[in-house]
Amino acid sequence: MADVVVEQGRLGSSARPRKGAGLRNVLGRKSTVAFFLTLPLILLIALLVLYPALYSIHLATLNKSMQKFVGLGNFTFLFKRDTFWMVVKQSCIFALTAVFFKALIGFIVAHFVNNVPAKKQRKWRGMLLVPWVIPPAMSTLAWLWLFDPSYSAFNYTLSFFGIGPVNWLGDTFWARFSVILVNVWYGAPFFLIMYLAALKSVPDQLYEAASIDGANWWQKMWYVTLPMMRNIIAITTLFSLIVTFANFDIVRILTSGGPLDKTHLFATWAFKVGIEGSDIPLGASVSLFMVPILAIAAIFILRDVSKRGNEA
Amino acid sequence: MSRKTLTRRQFVAATAMSSTALIAAPYVRGAYAAGKVSIGFWDHWVPDANNASRALVDEWAAKEKVDVSIDYITSNNNKIQLTVAAEAQAKSGHDILQMPTWWPHAYSENLEPLNDIMEPLIKQNGEVNGTVKYLGQAGGKWLAVPATPGSQIKGPCSRIDLMKKLAGIDVQEMYPAGAPAKADNWTMDTFLKAAEACQKGGFPFGIGLGETTDSVDTAGAIFQSFGAELVNAKGDVTVKTDAVRQALDYYKKLIAFLPPDAPSWDDASNNKWLISGRGALIFNPPSAWAVAKRDAPQVAEQCWTHGMPAGPKGRFAPFLPYFWGLWSFSKNKEAAKSLLTFLSQPSSIEKFVAASGGYDLPAYANMTTLKTWAEEGPPKGTLYHYPNPNNHQTLSIAASPAPPKIAQQIYFQATLTKMALRYAQGEKMEDTLAWAEGECEGFMRS
Repeated sequence: MADVVVEQGRLGSSARPRKGAGLRNVLGRKSTVAFFLTLPLILLIALLVLYPALYSIHLATLNKSMQKFVGLGNFTFLFKRDTFWMVVKQSCIFALTAVFFKALIGFIVAHFVNNVPAKKQRKWRGMLLVPWVIPPAMSTLAWLWLFDPSYSAFNYTLSFFGIGPVNWLGDTFWARFSVILVNVWYGAPFFLIMYLAALKSVPDQLYEAASIDGANWWQKMWYVTLPMMRNIIAITTLFSLIVTFANFDIVRILTSGGPLDKTHLFATWAFKVGIEGSDIPLGASVSLFMVPILAIAAIFILRDVSKRGNEA
Repeated sequence: MSRKTLTRRQFVAATAMSSTALIAAPYVRGAYAAGKVSIGFWDHWVPDANNASRALVDEWAAKEKVDVSIDYITSNNNKIQLTVAAEAQAKSGHDILQMPTWWPHAYSENLEPLNDIMEPLIKQNGEVNGTVKYLGQAGGKWLAVPATPGSQIKGPCSRIDLMKKLAGIDVQEMYPAGAPAKADNWTMDTFLKAAEACQKGGFPFGIGLGETTDSVDTAGAIFQSFGAELVNAKGDVTVKTDAVRQALDYYKKLIAFLPPDAPSWDDASNNKWLISGRGALIFNPPSAWAVAKRDAPQVAEQCWTHGMPAGPKGRFAPFLPYFWGLWSFSKNKEAAKSLLTFLSQPSSIEKFVAASGGYDLPAYANMTTLKTWAEEGPPKGTLYHYPNPNNHQTLSIAASPAPPKIAQQIYFQATLTKMALRYAQGEKMEDTLAWAEGECEGFMRS
């Protein structure tokens, strides 16, 4: 309807040409209106996302005292540091393991919830979303008390079964396990809710047709459910991967990167180097290291999603 | 209606009179005639301790007619460090900002030299210790003024009963209240034997091996007592020395007697260890004892803060001073300097110390025997030796005497505790040294 009105206005004005009609036409266009409506958001993003991002790129090109341009000098310095490569390895282990388990648990629980009768489903959905709703800095503090080196509630419970004490945050393996566990606990509800929405959008007729064709549970899952959920799985995995790679709060609160730097991620190490060590350019370089890798991953995944969208 | 006209003669006379009156009249200061100053203080752990700084600032502001705004900035999660970094970068913010240990050097380019304040203060209050000079001076220039609030020594806080019963050591006799220490036998060897005895008795010493400052400070003092430096004052890497090897060997023996979860300890863990009654000794300022007074009085009345054990190269205690820095972009430098001088007067220092229950330490030699430390308790005199009243030990900071910008990296990367832990967990000595050497070479970038 808006198009018609605009078109009518244009016809009317062309019949009686006058000064300023061109500007009015431009302002009257649907795309111009849309642009102005989104302008506040664009400005907000430019201010809060684009500017800091560009500024951190600028910082990463300076020397330690931030007085000299060193180009890619900070990155070449990092590539020679063993600790940096350890952080790269750990970030990959952390992100890939955590995202895998978040997706797996989210997928399984989404199926359970989907099979719960509609009336009770709301309660379950609400309860299962609780970990995701609580600010992670707060919930991780509760986990810290559960893992506490000396007064762990887990160890207290395990002692009744003659197990432990487990050095949850002081031993390399258990410290890595603990930070991944908390990340999975926090992030799995996001996958759950996305997968649940995807499951609900699969038409029942497809399952009925599959049943008529004699498909068993596994075949329905493999040939109906998974293909129908492919896009949502790809997008949630991508988003979660980006967020998990950039995780800071969980590791900072639970282990601060220890023991022996074995749980540091990009963000926590960047903070250690940049803020605690007063080497902000190096910290900026550490935090920017993953940007090109994640950007390439994002391009491939999103291209694949849009290709499938077009096929559909 | 009458109409007055102003003649040329009248106009000249009136102008001359007004000008004379303006020039000759006495200067009357309004409320805030001397402008504005803003100050960012460290937000004190001790409840109500901030009141002392607020009252002092208000007193000065009323006297000098300056409008002062105060912010209290917590050091939790490095908030105060983040504020320093942000203000230095923005070239805007407070006029005076309290900053911990390494930060005056880290932002030395943005700080106003304060020799004109420090030289008279030293004449008045006595000499400052070596660590304050090391952290607060660069090339003969005072970068900041040592602040009493927050400055602390992280020496031993022992349980009188447990040390006597399990290790046969009477800490009160060794460090008597109101008298100089008689601690010649309080050496690293005695300390190790006591650690073993207390661990066997079920009350291990609570020394962290994590990456936070308490763990690093203890490691720094122990390394220094063996003369072990990773980087020397000239900036040369000196990791592969006998002194470093000796320190690592000592630490390996000590770690065997520490709680198994010590590698994951943070700065709160040792406090909890003491307050819960599980340990016989921790290295900490009297904050743990102060909390115990409230939460576990039976523990608090057995606590005694005292000096460090001596190693082959001396007796070193971890000292962490705070500083007040004046930004070079401050808009009211003269008023800010006047405020800093006022806050460093003996009467002000005494108020800071009293308000913090003895936690805060002045940096000046003449200010280590205030009555607060003699009177605090229970037990009475428990803090007498906390401010190092008899210069019984050398106050130092981990990673010194390396140039501060390098030492800061060693300190915050916890290279010392990591070395000790790696070696204690079975890594070969030479591998640990090679790793530390590589790390230190990485810290040299400028």
